[in-house]
Amino acid sequence: MNLPADTRQYTMTPMERVLTAMDHKEPDRVPFFLLLTTHGAREMKMSIRDYFSNGETVAEAQLRMQAKYRHDCLFAFFHAPMEIAAWGGDIVYFDNGPPNSGKPFIDKPAIQIPRLKPPDIDSAAGLLEVLKTTRILTEKAAGDIPVMGVVISPFSLPVMQMGFSAYIELLCREPSLFWELMEINEAFCVDWANAQIAEGATAICYFDPVASPTIIPRSLYLETGHIVASRTISRINGPTATHLASGATLQVADDIAQTGTGGIGVSAAEDLGALKRTCKGRLTVIGNLNGLEMVRWSREDALSAVRNAIAEAASGGGFILADNHGDIPWQVPETVLSAVSEAVHRHGSYPIQR
Amino acid sequence: MTQRPTEESGLKPSVSDAFRDALVSSDEEEARKILSRFTERHTPLEFVETVIIPALDSIGNGWANQEYALSQVYISGRICEELAESVLAKSTGFQRPGPKMAVVLLNDYHALGKQIVYSVLRGAGYDILDYGRMETDELVRRVVEDRLELLFISVLMLASAMEVKAVIDRLRSEQCNTRVAVGGAPFRLDERLWKEVGADAAGKSAADALSIVQMATEGRLS
Repeated sequence: MNLPADTRQYTMTPMERVLTAMDHKEPDRVPFFLLLTTHGAREMKMSIRDYFSNGETVAEAQLRMQAKYRHDCLFAFFHAPMEIAAWGGDIVYFDNGPPNSGKPFIDKPAIQIPRLKPPDIDSAAGLLEVLKTTRILTEKAAGDIPVMGVVISPFSLPVMQMGFSAYIELLCREPSLFWELMEINEAFCVDWANAQIAEGATAICYFDPVASPTIIPRSLYLETGHIVASRTISRINGPTATHLASGATLQVADDIAQTGTGGIGVSAAEDLGALKRTCKGRLTVIGNLNGLEMVRWSREDALSAVRNAIAEAASGGGFILADNHGDIPWQVPETVLSAVSEAVHRHGSYPIQR
Repeated sequence: MTQRPTEESGLKPSVSDAFRDALVSSDEEEARKILSRFTERHTPLEFVETVIIPALDSIGNGWANQEYALSQVYISGRICEELAESVLAKSTGFQRPGPKMAVVLLNDYHALGKQIVYSVLRGAGYDILDYGRMETDELVRRVVEDRLELLFISVLMLASAMEVKAVIDRLRSEQCNTRVAVGGAPFRLDERLWKEVGADAAGKSAADALSIVQMATEGRLS
């Protein structure tokens, strides 16, 4: 009997599926990550601020959303400013979107950077909640579902520490201070990543948007962020995937492969097929559904986008379907998330039917 | 008598290209040397019009085409802002014609785009107010008070982009006809969004900011 593809019993667990794909082989179907953060608040019928105050609540929401959408990971990430709070910075909450970091706490770099110390994770209440979430998700997943941790790269963290404009000035005009800051940030990033690995995170997503040629020239990246990434990733006690958060990746994909990372999150504005060819056998391509356009997608739009992405990049493994930014916007309706899931289950079986 | 740079002389393209190359290399010293050499034979206004603006336009478009990076756009704008202010200060009575305008960061805390628009337009010799970061109530009040003709709104978050609709609705309810141009990642990645929020224009790059001002000046922004 020919069952419709979306009701087929897939034989692999999400963990097996993801590991097979990341080994550049074809699993039973295309793995897909719904990288949901603020949606958890909606799931738990809470405000975004209250939701992120409790690691148990975040874990519960992640488990519920994984069961609902049948996707292939649990995402222990809260929001980027949680790291900034550990450094003593402020988190600014919104009712309808991800928190922002508040006023930069480095406003006199020449004075403050030499005195800066990496925060102690055990003293950072917000980070401890993230670790609690990681621990619960790891226990519940029991090895069947990957638990993704997240760090903001040492190279991109200064955007929140000192503001984008001031950081570009530092990067381009103050190399000595820049490297001093990198050393401090690297120490924190490694500690934070390894704390998540110790609680059971399967892999760490290394968010590094400043590395993108959208933000800085490749030549500058090679002299700076590439060195930082290579040093940092080599000290993380588990696999990593690098994400440039909607920034262009193609120009630096080869360089990123050399940092020791295993995957790359790619932009919706890029040619997914070209990226897959560039990364083949070296980096798992993660993306690139347009999270912003998802807000108004119909079911048919979702089906079409998923099918196109699968056709472009899924063959041969080495591909995980996800959004392009690493955080699906709060405004994306549940019906669209369900439609994405339906499309993957219906059209994502290997071998891919063209 | 100054020599007017022309296409025929080859002066305009070569100087502007050399100036652009200095900007994208963050070579402020070389940019100043080009300015100094140029103004030995030309007016400061000619420098702005035939060197700075084409260079900024080229860099802005180059970013949209992934030829240049945002850091280069930002540093270029900052250098031009400083140079334009220094040369135009010596140019008595010069005021580049343009609409009364301001730039604002709406709701969120990602100020780079706003700073780039401000620097590029200042570098091109325009007068523009920097409102900093504002929320809807304060912004509407300020726009009405200042009787702006053109408002640039910069955002990074989708929620902030969608809030532009509330700003425009409020402005119109106050019978304020200020033209609104938007920019930032949500509008770049979702090309229909700017129309949905009711904006009059959307800019993908710093070069677009220059053309939007030109359109507003000529009454073509409606």
